Formats: sequence, structure tokens, C-alpha cells
Amino acid sequence: MSLSFKGKKVLRNFTLDVEWSIRNELAVLFGYSGAGKSMTLQMLAGLMAPDEGLIQLNGRVLFDNQAGIDLSPQKRSFGYVFQNLALFPHMTVKDNILYGAHGLGRDDRKQRAEEMIEQFMLSGLERKFPHEISGGQKQRVAFARALIRRPAALLLGEPFSACDNPLRIELQNFLQQVRRDFPIPVVLVTHDLTEALTLADKLIICVNGKVLQAGTPAEILNAPACPDVELLVNSSTMSLS
Amino acid sequence: MMEDSVLFSVKLSLWVAAVATVFVVLVGVTVAFFLARRTFRGKELLDVLFTLPLVLPPTVTGYYLIVVFGRNGLIGLPLFEWTGLNIMFTWYAAVLASFVVALPLMIKTTRAAIESVDESLILASYTLGHSEWWTALKVILPMAKKGILAGTVLSFARAMGEFGATLMLAGNIPGKTNTMPLAIYSAASSGDRAQANTMVLLFTVIAALFLYIANKLNKRVLS
Repeated sequence: MSLSFKGKKVLRNFTLDVEWSIRNELAVLFGYSGAGKSMTLQMLAGLMAPDEGLIQLNGRVLFDNQAGIDLSPQKRSFGYVFQNLALFPHMTVKDNILYGAHGLGRDDRKQRAEEMIEQFMLSGLERKFPHEISGGQKQRVAFARALIRRPAALLLGEPFSACDNPLRIELQNFLQQVRRDFPIPVVLVTHDLTEALTLADKLIICVNGKVLQAGTPAEILNAPACPDVELLVNSSTMSLS
Repeated sequence: MMEDSVLFSVKLSLWVAAVATVFVVLVGVTVAFFLARRTFRGKELLDVLFTLPLVLPPTVTGYYLIVVFGRNGLIGLPLFEWTGLNIMFTWYAAVLASFVVALPLMIKTTRAAIESVDESLILASYTLGHSEWWTALKVILPMAKKGILAGTVLSFARAMGEFGATLMLAGNIPGKTNTMPLAIYSAASSGDRAQANTMVLLFTVIAALFLYIANKLNKRVLS
């Protein structure tokens, strides 16, 4: 399993020029806001097209400007959990999850939804609406909805950013469980370095639309590639101690 | 006991407004959807064109409609030659006038409601594998439902109150095309105060009721 991204996009005051690839691991795109992390995620999902580049998922080309390939978001088989979770407020918990089961047979949908509800500890909440459940429960619904189709990779756009610390730790543990149950490449975007170091198998440091360094958290902590990364590492060490 | 002529006008007004509103909803939601969700050349021009009847005097709108749908009009003439149908001075004409005058209210309200739907919900639907049309049906329109309902109620009320364009296009034929506003005008100008009073009161109550419903729906949209 692998996911590779090479993309360039020039906007008015910003140029994104990024290249990285990951295997079946949890990669964290880390950088402060305006680094181009969310833009990268949108390009992966097909919600925004790079000017040029190549995106491949398990050897399947999703985007290649030279070959004129640009698959729509519907055909990319990513699970995407948005920063605001994007649960449909007019649908119940169960309907939100079922909405993610597009393309499955009727019986399969029903059975898969029940499995997800149990697996994500949402039993008893099936008929509730998103505004009637807690923040942590909403997160779990968003994950269940994104994963019910068994996507080939999971994209997480800072879904924990609005959570307070205890909930964040609970959700980070939950994410580890998700990873055990769904062994697929995961790309998580965050501007929280502690979270990045805690969760990442591979850390990709983004600054001003460029990747400064990519490696395991230990590699980056021990051998920062440039002063900018070193500065980030030092601030993280300070915040961890 | 209500006079037959009053009853006829009330029924005709409700019928004309109801039929016009059905078309207003179908056309209005479609146009509003394209204006809110698509980018194309001439989009704002199209918006202006559909909004014009809101600011033009209804007589001007009525005159345009005569030019287009009149017996010798741009559409009226071929329509008559092919089908023998002439809509001038029929209740169809009253429906057409009400439709054109009420449509901008529907488009404005619905466009605003569709534009206020959180973009991430729409994108989430795409990433879950759903097409643009399915997303419109299952996410955008249900989320914009209250705005669409408010627009429908306002359009119905506006269609009921249509006078100028209806007079130009459908005339004021007793027992055939005299909707309430036209019948009130006739009653008042011929000095039949009793009939005018009855219809004015009735009309005010109906209009107030519709505004009340529209306000309630709007409040629920905003809350």
C-alpha cells in the first residue's frame, strides 16, 4: 500500500511545490497555518487540482497533468474527515453513516452500518441528530462515515483541532484503534507539534508551500535538516518537557 | 353570505396563485441552484434579468409579456399558429403574469438559502462518492428547505396580489379573469363599497397570514 503526492500550484501570493510518498503508515503533515497542508489534502481528495503533478494511490494514478488524468473526488476512494467534521445536520447518526456507504448493496449497507455503529461505540445513538451528541461522539460518527466504504486511504484535516485536551487524548487513542482495524495509509494535517510527534509514523514538515524534511519523529528530532526545522524541534521539546 | 362574484374572485385568485406558485417553485429552485452553484458567463446578467420584474412597474412587465405572448407576439404568434391557443384574456394569462412577477422573490430567497449551505458538507458528500445531482437532492436542497419554503409562501402571496401585469395580459373580465385585486379595483371605482370592504378585509387577512408563516419559516432558517 502506498500513496504518493507530487504537486505544484501557483496562487496569487503563494506557491505550493510539494513531493512526498508514504506506505501503509500514518503520515502527519505538520506546519503552521498557511503552509499549504490543507491545500495538499484537498488536492489529494480531488477537491482542488494542482497546476502540475502526479498523485498515485496503490499504483493507481489519480492525477497526472501530463497524461490528462484528473479523477473526480467521487472516484478517488479516500475517506476524508473534515476539520469541522461536516456531519449532515439534517440526518441522524445512522443516516450519516449510511450516506457514506455509497455503491454497496442494500443488505451490505445495512450490515456494514450496524458493524460500524458497534465498532465505533455509537450503539443507542443511531436515531440522534448531530446536535444531540457530544463532541467525541461526533468525531466517531465522522470516522465511521468516512470508513464504511473501506477506502484505500484516510485523509484527516485537523479533526481534533477544536477539542480540549482530555478529549484530544481520548481521540488520539481512538485513532490508534482505527489504525489497527483499518490498516491503510493515513494522512493527518495538524499545526500541533505535540500531536504530530505523538501520532506520526512519518512526519512531513511543511513551511511556506515546501516540504523541509520528512522522516520519523526520531529522525527529525535527532537530525533536523535545516535551521527552520531545528527551531520547530526546539520549541516542541520545550513544550513537551 | 358571500356574493357569488366575490366568491368567484377569491377562488380564482387562490387557483391562479397556486398554479403560478407550482411553476415558480420548479423554475425558481432550478434557476437559483444554477446561480448559486455554477460559474458561467453572463451569470449576473441572468440574475438581473430574472430580478427585473421585482423593480419594474408591473405594467411594464405586463407590456413585455404582451410583446412576447400576445396574439402577434414572439411566442404568442407561433403558439397560435401551431395550436390555435391564445392565452391573452384567459386565466392562463393571469397565471403567467403572477408567475413572472413572483419568480424573482423565489429566486432571491432560494439562492441565498443555497449559498448559505456550508461548503464542507457539499465537499464531504463528493468525497463519499455521491454525484453533484445526488448531493443537490440529499444535502443542498434539504439544508435550504426552510428558505425555499419561505420563498414559496412569499411568492404565493405576491402572486395573489398581482394587479398591473394581470390587467394588461388577462384583462378584467367579470366571471373570467377578475382576480381579487382586479375585482377590488372594479368595486371601488364603481362605488360598491360593501363589496370592496369585504374583499379588502379578506385579502388583508390572507396576506397577513402568509407573511406570518413566511416570517416564522425565516426565523427558523436564521436560528
